[in-house]
Amino acid sequence: MVQRADQRVRAVGDPGAASAGAAQIEITGLTKRFVTRKGVPFTAVSDVTFTVEPGQFCAIVGPTGCGKSTTLGQVSGLERPSAGSVRVGGREVNGVTRGVGFMFQADALFPWKTVLANVMVGPTLHGMARKDAVELARNWLRRVGLAGFEDRYPHQLSGGMRKRVAMAAALINEPQILLMDEPFGALDVQTKAIMQTELLGLWEQLRPSVLFITHDLDEAVALADRVLIMTTSPGSIKQSFDIDLPRPRGEVQEIRHEPRFLELQGQIWASLREEVERAYAQTAGAA
Amino acid sequence: MWLARVLVPVVVIGGWQLFTATGIVDKFFFGQPSGVWHSLVHLFQHGTAFGSIWLNLWVTIKEALYGFLLGTAAGILLGLLLGQNRFLADVIGPYIKILNSIPRIILGAIFIVAFGLGTFPKVLLAAVLVFFIVFFNAFQGVREVDPNLVANVKVLGASPLQVARHVTIPSALTWIIASLHTAFGFAIIGALVAEVLGAQHGIGLLISQAQGQFDMNTVFACMTITSVVTLVAEYLITLLERRVLAWRPPSRAEAASI
Ligand SMILES: Nc1ncnc2c1ncn2[C@@H]1O[C@H](COP(=O)(O)OP(=O)(O)O)[C@@H](O)[C@H]1O
Ligand SMILES: [Mg+2]
Repeated sequence: MVQRADQRVRAVGDPGAASAGAAQIEITGLTKRFVTRKGVPFTAVSDVTFTVEPGQFCAIVGPTGCGKSTTLGQVSGLERPSAGSVRVGGREVNGVTRGVGFMFQADALFPWKTVLANVMVGPTLHGMARKDAVELARNWLRRVGLAGFEDRYPHQLSGGMRKRVAMAAALINEPQILLMDEPFGALDVQTKAIMQTELLGLWEQLRPSVLFITHDLDEAVALADRVLIMTTSPGSIKQSFDIDLPRPRGEVQEIRHEPRFLELQGQIWASLREEVERAYAQTAGAA
Repeated sequence: MWLARVLVPVVVIGGWQLFTATGIVDKFFFGQPSGVWHSLVHLFQHGTAFGSIWLNLWVTIKEALYGFLLGTAAGILLGLLLGQNRFLADVIGPYIKILNSIPRIILGAIFIVAFGLGTFPKVLLAAVLVFFIVFFNAFQGVREVDPNLVANVKVLGASPLQVARHVTIPSALTWIIASLHTAFGFAIIGALVAEVLGAQHGIGLLISQAQGQFDMNTVFACMTITSVVTLVAEYLITLLERRVLAWRPPSRAEAASI
């Protein structure tokens, strides 16, 4: 156990070794139905098929309620699909997928643990000795710019700082795949841009495969290699766009003004707009 | 505010003394503050028919404390188990509700008959009273766990036991500790009631004896003593709460509470 821990520590300083660990995500015919309170089956996602290549940063954009979180739930293995299959690294997902980092839509820090203890949970659960876990967690807090805040509790931090802790906690085990569910949705515009830039920096060092969910098209285009558009509920993949902006992308706020960014953003928006309007009409009709 | 706060007991006790002294209220039935004071002094200086007051107090505290610990342990254990396991909750839940509906005083009478006049039936009654309070809180605490946190710790690789250790138990602890405040009061009540029903030592026995002799002053004196014990215990539990729940943000409700 201790030996494995040592290997992990070494891998942090060695980006070559880390990127070799990225895994492919292969989703085929994924369908998820829920039974609603009234006992009526409700299809949340229907026949979703796409593949995220190892080390690729893939974003999914779609209107609220179209089944983005549900799709991510099946990839993480927290839920089981009603039909179709999810394979991670060539292996069928069955139970919680190993080697996954997850950043949740809602705040998912443990309020009774200090910042340091929160970041330590991952390595501790993987059997790392306490001393090594403390050291590794301190390292990661430094990487996300939170050195000196180790002993604070989550409620003593700002929203942006809490997201940094969540990011360190999700990345500390150097996951093969990173799942992010609107991780910066609740942040103000400036903090959001800073966090996006930091995420890109960390991703370029570790290079896991990323599945990044958002309803913010600008965010998707600025960060991803590929943007998938999801249709209104029941969600399925409508269209896929390759983002050929050069990497490293640097400051997210700068990219937004580049002509190529605006061009891509315009193309994708034309496709997304229909779905957003349809979703709006659905909810307005129901209300 | 402080002045008004001090004024309340002054008015109540002063009024009580005044009414009984002037004979508007009969001190034979309602006691008298000065008489209560004399009884207190007498209890501590000359002891009781059943040994010194310290011995009797210690017996009651011991019974309440054991009952408290036993009831709390059982309540937490069963609450956590049933809270996490739907099947167990469905099987055992109804029986717990049935047991909970039995009047405690009847249980006390049964315990005394079954287990005699010793310490055990008192501990048992106190434990039963404590158990239900702690159990329902622990159970609810588990049910209120944030599913996001459970999902998070699972993705990080936690086994079911580790989910309990890292999320369920710390989360339920807020509820459990809140219940302990009331629970200790109930432990004392349980011990006292069982002693009144039949005992060889204890404050409850003193109360029932004094009541039999229409010595209301001693009844009030015993009441005062148990109140002090309960307040001290309450203070200790608050200290524990502050320590264990140090992570909680200070809530506005708490800042304004008494
Ligand atoms: N556990 C569940 N039970 C019933 N319906 C659900 C459940 N989870 C999600 N849904 C429904 O599935 C749809 C998709 O939800 P979700 O994946 O959270 O959407 P979003 O794209 O906003 O993340 C929504 O209409 C939601 O109400
Ligand atoms: Mg969602």
